[in-house]
Amino acid sequence: MGRFYIAIAVVFIATFLSEKTLANIIIAEAGNSGKTIANAIQSAQNGDTVLIKSGIYKEQSLKLKKSITLLGENLPVIDGENKYENLTVEHDSVIIKGIKFINSGSSNFNDIAALTIQNSKHLLIEDCQFENNFFGILSMNCGYITYNNNKLSSGGIKGKPLANGIHCWKSNHLTITNNTIKGHRDGIYLEFTTQSKFENNRSIKNSRYGMHFMFSHDNFYQHNEFIANGAGVAVMYSKRVEMRYNLFADSWGSAAYGVLLKEINDSKIIGNEFRGNTISIFADGANRIEIYNNLFLKGGWALKVNASCADMQVNGNNFIGNTFDIATNGGLKMKSMNANYWDKYEGYDLNKDKVGDVPFHPLSLFSVIVEKNPPAMLLYRSFMVSLLDKSERVLPSITPDNIVDNHPQMRPYVYDRN
Amino acid sequence: MIRVLKYVAIDILKNKIVIAYTIILALFSWSVFSLEDNAAKGILSLLNVILLTVPLVSILFSTIYIYNSNEFIELLVSHPVKRNKIWTALFTGLSLSMVAAYIIGAGIPLLIFADFNIAILMITAGSLLSVIFVAVAFLCSIITRDKAKGIGLSIMLWLYFALLFDGLVLFLFFQFADYPIEKIVVALSALSPIDLFRILVLLKLDVSAMMGFTGAVFQDIFGSTWGLVFSFTLLALWVAIPFLISLRMFNRKDL
Amino acid sequence: MIEIKKLTKSFGKLKALNNVNLNLAQGECIALIGPNGCGKTTLIKSILGMVLPENGDIIFNGKNIKNDNLYRNEIGYMPQIGRYPENMTIGQIINMIQGIRNQQRDLDVELYNSFGIAKMLDKKMHALSGGTTQKVSATLAFMFPSKVLILDEPTAGLDPIASEILKDKIIEARKKGILVLITSHLLSELENIASQIIFMEDGNLILHKNVEELKSDTGQSSIAKSIIHILKNKVA
Repeated sequence: MGRFYIAIAVVFIATFLSEKTLANIIIAEAGNSGKTIANAIQSAQNGDTVLIKSGIYKEQSLKLKKSITLLGENLPVIDGENKYENLTVEHDSVIIKGIKFINSGSSNFNDIAALTIQNSKHLLIEDCQFENNFFGILSMNCGYITYNNNKLSSGGIKGKPLANGIHCWKSNHLTITNNTIKGHRDGIYLEFTTQSKFENNRSIKNSRYGMHFMFSHDNFYQHNEFIANGAGVAVMYSKRVEMRYNLFADSWGSAAYGVLLKEINDSKIIGNEFRGNTISIFADGANRIEIYNNLFLKGGWALKVNASCADMQVNGNNFIGNTFDIATNGGLKMKSMNANYWDKYEGYDLNKDKVGDVPFHPLSLFSVIVEKNPPAMLLYRSFMVSLLDKSERVLPSITPDNIVDNHPQMRPYVYDRN
Repeated sequence: MIRVLKYVAIDILKNKIVIAYTIILALFSWSVFSLEDNAAKGILSLLNVILLTVPLVSILFSTIYIYNSNEFIELLVSHPVKRNKIWTALFTGLSLSMVAAYIIGAGIPLLIFADFNIAILMITAGSLLSVIFVAVAFLCSIITRDKAKGIGLSIMLWLYFALLFDGLVLFLFFQFADYPIEKIVVALSALSPIDLFRILVLLKLDVSAMMGFTGAVFQDIFGSTWGLVFSFTLLALWVAIPFLISLRMFNRKDL
Repeated sequence: MIEIKKLTKSFGKLKALNNVNLNLAQGECIALIGPNGCGKTTLIKSILGMVLPENGDIIFNGKNIKNDNLYRNEIGYMPQIGRYPENMTIGQIINMIQGIRNQQRDLDVELYNSFGIAKMLDKKMHALSGGTTQKVSATLAFMFPSKVLILDEPTAGLDPIASEILKDKIIEARKKGILVLITSHLLSELENIASQIIFMEDGNLILHKNVEELKSDTGQSSIAKSIIHILKNKVA
């Protein structure tokens, strides 16, 4: 044990010494016209650190084209005065830490962001805050960037248009972790962004999507929380997306959903919790999707799957308290639907193997009617509808009999989400 | 009227059917709320039962009771009592007892388990629903002197409002699926007190998001404060119109 | 006391009352007779406001009874077949009527006592025989101070003793100056009671005369014989 501590101390001193000898620290001070951030950056060499003292800096549009570290002391503020792009980075190996970016400009034509990163690799953006900006962080044509532990919020200024919190375009190998994004248009927006990882982010109350994927393949996201976003999370035109252990909650409103899958192939949705969404998963043109071990709780529709989807697998999920467990607009064919728990299941288990002895048909007649004729939803919970549903359950005639779970569970699964 | 009402009320409150109705409603409400961990789901289950039983019991019990009160009415008419008062007292007595049964049976558990606003909405609307079907029963029993016909008529009307009307609406949806009939259908559903009550509660339960455009239209028309006032006025009309017609007919009836 | 002007009432095709004019004076005991379905009960019910005539007016004590109900305070009514709420007891019925009339004092309890109603107060109405029901009806009709008594077949179903008690009561009432309107099939019953006779047939008023006048006109000794005489003459 003692040896371990000595080793750590040695490493610590070594790094301290090397910084002391190889890199300079240049200080920027608010209110000191000689020590602006722009001056500091100007005089810094690659490898140097610019230490920004606390205070408010209004330096219009800052540019950074050197490999340096911008380190904030006690969260200094870079104010874009609602006119400028606070900071633009265009160089590899930049570290930005502990700085607050506020009031970026906004535009109907240009993508103006508080922090723009373009054509760069190996950056770390950490412990920063973003408030009332148009775009929060904009990365274009980048790779190997880590966004960690940042807080972004917008919507505090009346009349200022909203844009995306973290916007990534044509980037790859991003690591986006532990960020909180609130009140933007899309919390996280990905377009042509691949091989990236998203973990432990919270995307809350964004006006459109909590997260928005377009043409972004091979991404992995887990343990994120998407809560009360306008329309939920949209995953579009992408392949090999993995979503594990995320929480999708409270996307409630007409045309809102937990996850929208549009033209998605070969993706996995495993171990997630969907709670209180109008539609938990809406799938259109989605192929080979594996939906395993998710909890669908108190939704309007748990799964709304259009007939344009193929080879979907829905196994081992819990369906609890949803108005409709499944709806489809036509002759949907699933690859498998097995061993789920359905709270609407009224069968029995004589041999006590915890699997219901009669198959369960989760597609109710009323859901078929509503799918064909949405205004009929007005009859929801009317006596006639209950009667129709009951009689259809006893003697299925209109609902397709291929949507069936042959091994419905008698008890809900208990999942471990860690 | 108060004097007549006293005797009517005493007679009804002693009635075993009213007591049984109260107990059944109470048993059901309590079990629904204690079995469902989720109050909103409990409300939905309770809503189903209320929509079915409240109109049925109200209309059937009242119709039978009025026919059985023929002697009572005849007896009173030969004494210095206004006909208006006899009929109104009967109506008030029946309404009060149905409402009391509903509030004791379903209202108390609602107040305990459900969200306060929804509980209040369901109690007021459910009470109105009880009174509406009492009023319809008065109309049924004054239209024909024959008890069997009167009871038949009241069952038919109940069936119509509880089942056939919705069937008709569904039929319209499919017949005119290609036309924008949302507004017409919304207006139409206001013609059935059961539907109006059901949709009012559903809107408060947030199911409106699932109702798409039609729900939005409905929310627009009935969801606001003025909409609520409007809906309750409609429900009140459902009480006033059948009862006033029956009162007019009773005033002209030979006994 | 009661003035009936051009009273007309029909049930479907049947004319129950056809343009009936009558003047019923105070202190008389008027027998209303005629074959079944001649309109007697309809006439009575019209006076009570239970049946609403199509045409004509009924003036009670100088006031038109249309849209009025207070005049019924002055009427004691005994229906032909008393129909009462079945699951109420005799006691409850009597209490209720007293309550509705709002009169607990100055009650005439003679019939109540002589019929022995007190012993039966807890009996339910549906358990009563026709005769007992009639006793209850009679008790109620005489219980409240009134100016007019309307008795529809009062003695039908009563045992002879009760019948006699009731007859005495009617005569006594008349002596007090009460207008008694009485229908009966048994003409002999009316013999010592009636002072005037109204004879109706098919909704038409055939005659309205003093008993003495009737007897002397027909030259008969009793009401029954006089009526038979008239009927025979009519046929002839």
